[in-house]
Amino acid sequence: MTIQASSDALVSLNGVNKHYGQLHVLKDINLQVKKGEVVVVIGPSGSGKSTLCRAINRLETIDTGEISIDGKKLPEEGKELAVLRADVGMVFQSFNLFAHKTILENVTLGPIKVKKLDKATADKDAMALLERVGVGQQAPKMPAQLSGGQQQRVAIARALAMKPKVMLFDEPTSALDPEMINEVLDVMVQLAKEGMTMIVVTHEMGFARKAADRVVFMADGQIVEDAKPEEFFTNPQSNRAKDFLSKLLTH
Amino acid sequence: MNTLLNNSDLFITGFRNTLILFFISGFFALILGTVVATLRVSPIPAMRAAATLYINVVRNTPLTLVLFFFALGYPKLGLVEIDFMTAATIGLSLYTATYVAEAVRSGINTVPVGQAEAARAIGLPFTQTLTLVILPQAFRAVIPPMFSVFIALLKNTTVAAGFSVFEAGAIRSNLSERGEPAMAGLLWIALVFVLLVFILSFVQRKLEKKWKVAR
Repeated sequence: MTIQASSDALVSLNGVNKHYGQLHVLKDINLQVKKGEVVVVIGPSGSGKSTLCRAINRLETIDTGEISIDGKKLPEEGKELAVLRADVGMVFQSFNLFAHKTILENVTLGPIKVKKLDKATADKDAMALLERVGVGQQAPKMPAQLSGGQQQRVAIARALAMKPKVMLFDEPTSALDPEMINEVLDVMVQLAKEGMTMIVVTHEMGFARKAADRVVFMADGQIVEDAKPEEFFTNPQSNRAKDFLSKLLTH
Repeated sequence: MNTLLNNSDLFITGFRNTLILFFISGFFALILGTVVATLRVSPIPAMRAAATLYINVVRNTPLTLVLFFFALGYPKLGLVEIDFMTAATIGLSLYTATYVAEAVRSGINTVPVGQAEAARAIGLPFTQTLTLVILPQAFRAVIPPMFSVFIALLKNTTVAAGFSVFEAGAIRSNLSERGEPAMAGLLWIALVFVLLVFILSFVQRKLEKKWKVAR
């Protein structure tokens, strides 16, 4: 497989490998995501899709290969890595809102401490973002006082407050009650429509059909398929993907 | 009662020095202990090793020996001269810091990994991740053991009496010189300590209520 050093790729993974001891979790991963593209990563549990997502802002280290964001190679550790992470928004499965800070403070912490914004501006921007994701009323509350769906929308606002170039979603709806999944997905669909570059690890096939430009199917640490959503869902090429989809459809 | 009233000068000076020892040592122990705790969770192995060595050596040494070193051994080294009060403060700070460090470390362990990941994900560097996100939550989680450490420190200050520091632990011997009954003196000293610890416990309860982190 030839590696294209395409200059228009915002996120670029080339020949990425990672092991957990004996387990080869990422096998020679090559993935290019263009600006404005929405890529949904699906696959069975343990296929390495979360690890892939977390490797992009180096919450997981990789053994070999190269990951670049906007043409810049991911730095090892330290200040440079922190600067780069500020450009990559991340939304976690378990929300991870700062438990000792109010909703508003959760959103303003990054802009104030990393972007050195003054508090008034940061508060104003944060309120606008919280309104946008529909939780403006909750600003003075503590995270534990909010429902899961509300917390996840705050987490999205917190990531957006850094004005990231790309947003990573690591199974953002997997810890949510069914009736709260849609309120989070709606926010994500809206973001996608506004042209945000997104990499979304999810089990929500509806979201993949509705908002994705590409679907990447992973199994056993490999990218097995990389296709447009309608192509992938109607005419999967590999047996692995056919098997996966058939199991989904029977439910 | 007469023992107390007739010798209020001794009691006041004694307990004043006890409180000075307590607050100054407590302050430095808190700072040093927190730094050592963060070194113990640092990603750099040498820092972790240094912090672990310090904790194991100092915590495993009886306080009397630590103070012995600073009161009697340290002057022989021919470094900057220090008086007994300073020596006692340094000894108590270094000794108590090891306990503070272990309390803080256990607090750090209660903070879910996701909190640090979220902090790093918005671009906070290691030190800010610690000071803005991890430590505030860690401290809230360890208020009870932390106050136990400080209550122990308050009582440990009396060891300094053995090293020519006139604090509460030295009141009794001075009372004896004045011909006061030893038992009455000791009871009064104990009572004041109980009172001081009671105040500490009160502060502890207030903080626990104020800083409760809901998850």
